[in-house]
Amino acid sequence: MKETSQLPARAIQFAFLASLMGAWFVIGRTGAVSPLFVPPMEAVWRAFIGLVQTDQFWSAVATTLRTIGEAYGIAVAVGILTGYLVTRSRFLTQVLEPMVSGFFAIPITLFFPLFILLFGIGPASKVAYGAAYGLFPIALNTIAGLAGVNRHYLNAARSMGLSSFGTFRHVLFPAAFPVILMGLRIGFFICFASVLGGETISSVSGVGRNIALAAELMEPARMYAWIVVVIASALMLNTLVSGIENRMRGH
Amino acid sequence: MSLIQTEIPQTRAMARQSRRQFSHAAQTVWTRRLLVFGALVIWEFWARLAGNSELIAPPTSIARALFSDILSDAAIRSAIMLTLFEVVSAYALAVVVGLALGLAIGSTSLSRRSLFPIILLLYAIPQVILLPLFTLGFGIGPAAKIAFGFSHGVFPILVNVVAGMRNVNPLLLRAARSMGARPSDIIRNVTFPHMVASFFTGLRLAMTMTLLGVILAELYVSTAGVGYFTRLFAETFDPAPLFALIGTLAIMAIGLNEIVRKIERRFTRWKD
Repeated sequence: MKETSQLPARAIQFAFLASLMGAWFVIGRTGAVSPLFVPPMEAVWRAFIGLVQTDQFWSAVATTLRTIGEAYGIAVAVGILTGYLVTRSRFLTQVLEPMVSGFFAIPITLFFPLFILLFGIGPASKVAYGAAYGLFPIALNTIAGLAGVNRHYLNAARSMGLSSFGTFRHVLFPAAFPVILMGLRIGFFICFASVLGGETISSVSGVGRNIALAAELMEPARMYAWIVVVIASALMLNTLVSGIENRMRGH
Repeated sequence: MSLIQTEIPQTRAMARQSRRQFSHAAQTVWTRRLLVFGALVIWEFWARLAGNSELIAPPTSIARALFSDILSDAAIRSAIMLTLFEVVSAYALAVVVGLALGLAIGSTSLSRRSLFPIILLLYAIPQVILLPLFTLGFGIGPAAKIAFGFSHGVFPILVNVVAGMRNVNPLLLRAARSMGARPSDIIRNVTFPHMVASFFTGLRLAMTMTLLGVILAELYVSTAGVGYFTRLFAETFDPAPLFALIGTLAIMAIGLNEIVRKIERRFTRWKD
């Protein structure tokens, strides 16, 4: 394949984003679309400036970050432990792996009302919901990673007299790590999205609740400001996580 | 004679092996069934003896509530059917639009290199934060739910179609070109058959995502449809019909996923 210049592609990307921004600006000026649905750009900017100066903004961000952190911590711990226990015997893996992946085929969002019923409307239900959603990809990838480790490595480790913890620490885990890492990444973004989703659907605090509240109060500029904040942080997190992943993979 | 003698032990060994394989598979299946049954029994006793009856219902009460509260109530039945209609419409839209856009973006190298990164960027956004915007734009009726389900389902198809078109072996393309195939021939006879496997992966992912989108929107709008009933049962601390309603929708989701998986298996068999 011949080497092609990146320049035309970049130019089209730039033109696409510029025309999107231009369309937003023109709509804001002319009012072609109801400002309730697409508020003018300046109004969103003003709402954003006003928003970051309030305590409400920072407390909502703190609540959401804490919820995501707790949910992800539980998902990682339970997911890896489940994966480890399920792969202790080949028979157990054959019995349980299809059950875990089969259950993951059901949208866990369906069970969200149960989480509200059991854990209340506060952050606890969002922690449980985010953890329940995030632990599946982590557990499934841990199972796939650990079950896929070459038997010869394990036999060699055992015949050289390595303890079972030593085997896990020096043989099983490093060999399964790339697959587990993929599960950790997928699990993180699922956790992130489901905590925000849980807050949007039914909550009293957090970023998702504030977006829904702005919509209920018919304050589209404020809602757009929140949406821009979330999109920017999601894209930053994405870049950050793939950077970390590349570094760990290269290691 | 000698031929028969050598053949008999072989078939016996094969029969023994297949019996062993069968018994092993049966053992797996029966262990699985036993686990599910055991979990249901523990749930039943725990819910009856120790659980808070406002929060948790035993499986037998849930089964009873399924018939007495859910399936016999015309309003709930029509809410469930409406959800099914929304999922199917959103999915159909996502497939048509995703395939068309994917073919258009993937057809030339320039359009792929310029537009695909934008698509991946959009795909990385947690779309659930746009849910209030959808109800603001489309109201609280089925339109918002179909639109939200569509916005979830279209990306996996789009991404997989473009990725599938990119993964065609360049040697095949060069061979087709050197034998004088026109671009339309190449797309129809080389690119398309190779894109199919990836496309069906996209179809399966898209069903999962469409279900997610529609259910999120259904739960978000708590004044009508399924979301109204789940809120009603949760707020009146009536867990049996809540579990039964959720179970019915879960079975619907499993059924839709299975249909798509069957289609995928049927159409990607030629590759093995």
